[in-house]
Amino acid sequence: MKGMVRLLLPPLVGLLVLAGWEWAVGAFAIPAFVLPPPSAVLAALWRDGPLLLTSSWLTLSITLQAFLLALVTGVALALLFSQSRLAAAALYPYVVALQVTPIVAIAPLVVIWVGYERVNLALLILAWIVAFFPILSNTTLGLSAVDPNLRDLFRLYGASRWQTLWRLQLPSALPYLLGGMKISGGLALIGAVVAEFVAGSGTASGLAWRIIESGNRLNMPRLFAALLLLSALGIAIFAGLSFVQNRLLRRWHESELGRQ
Amino acid sequence: MSPLLNVAGLSLAYGKGTLALDGVDLTLNRGEFLSLLGPSGCGKSTLLRLIAGLLTPSGGQLQWQSPIARGDIGFVFQEPTLMPWARVIDNVRLPLEIAGVPRVAATDRAMAELEKVGLQDFSKSYPRELSGGMKMRVSLARALVTRPALLLLDEPFAALDEITRLKLNDDLLSLWRRDGFTAIFVTHSVFESVYLSTRIAVMRPRPGRIVAELPVELPSQRDYATRTGAAYNDHCRTVSTLLHQAMEAAP
Repeated sequence: MKGMVRLLLPPLVGLLVLAGWEWAVGAFAIPAFVLPPPSAVLAALWRDGPLLLTSSWLTLSITLQAFLLALVTGVALALLFSQSRLAAAALYPYVVALQVTPIVAIAPLVVIWVGYERVNLALLILAWIVAFFPILSNTTLGLSAVDPNLRDLFRLYGASRWQTLWRLQLPSALPYLLGGMKISGGLALIGAVVAEFVAGSGTASGLAWRIIESGNRLNMPRLFAALLLLSALGIAIFAGLSFVQNRLLRRWHESELGRQ
Repeated sequence: MSPLLNVAGLSLAYGKGTLALDGVDLTLNRGEFLSLLGPSGCGKSTLLRLIAGLLTPSGGQLQWQSPIARGDIGFVFQEPTLMPWARVIDNVRLPLEIAGVPRVAATDRAMAELEKVGLQDFSKSYPRELSGGMKMRVSLARALVTRPALLLLDEPFAALDEITRLKLNDDLLSLWRRDGFTAIFVTHSVFESVYLSTRIAVMRPRPGRIVAELPVELPSQRDYATRTGAAYNDHCRTVSTLLHQAMEAAP
């Protein structure tokens, strides 16, 4: 009974808020260009469906490409850092510099360098810059956070560097990597959207551009519909990565115990 | 008895010249069960790690009577130290896989070792699904899977409850009798050292060194009756006195 209430409570609250919103817009005669009623947003979602879905797909594909690129480069660089202190010492400051410089400030430069005719590539690069740091830093941390006794055990049996990496460090780092991936997935989406905002002026046609465009035309229902899709994308990415995390860790890692 | 290892004047200094061990002399005979007994901080674990080759001595020598290859030394840590992501069988197989033993042969050997510690039905389990005592058995099986000549144990049962510890002591003894390895067992329990060993070396702290050695003259077959016998109690009393003197002598 209590479980049912817990399960039903969030959608119930949502419905109540939507109903109140719909009622308030009518009762206080709020113009649609300030706050459209939920019904108008739903209608916009239906009417502009094909357009918005095409845009969603573009944003999603840039996000996913940036995420995969971040995963590959982040893990590769973390492996390099774990094998060579010299490489870590030499490169890490620049990685941090790239990370702490706000992406909005880098974006115009990247867009100009890559060129407006290849703006999708610019978006990909910008989303990648934002997404790759959590993977790098978490994996680096994970590769060094090895049980010291297990490390001694590997030394005792004369394990090679490769054996230690493959059988000890990588599995130890997996929970950290998965945590980094969860952050990075969300950041890739944010990066893709911010980059599109900066690129602007209709050269790209992802969800971010739909939002700017709708705002300029005071087409609030469509703006809300685009926002809705954007947050749906974010939730889907998070849920997907949570699922992967659970699959990989549920048999052995503390973070996933007692969840079944 | 032929010696397996001669430890001569072994010392280890930490960073700023603090001596963890100072001039340790010890002869280890083949097939014996030696306990290193001492208060915490006396360097018994350090001595064990030096013998395992996990630390490099600052002075003195370890003279092995025959060359030591990898797999000749097994090590059981204070914690079970299992890989949480690997099944029991994969944990036990690890030393063989590192040595490049083919998978099928390694699995057979690992299963045989698991059977000896009574865990053949848990080969597919993950460590977190086992109790503390069972994890320690897996750890023992892993240490013995290479058929080592020397087994080093660093207070392996200290974290277990009394009843489990007594059971594991018996299991360890029967493995020792059966496989005939030489054992060095680090402990701070007088009773455990008397029950298990054929010889006890008492250490004192700051700097750590061996101050007394005592053969344990009890029959090699030991069980519940051993613990209630007069000889056992005499030994415990003697060892307690030696330990007390070692503590008094420490600065």
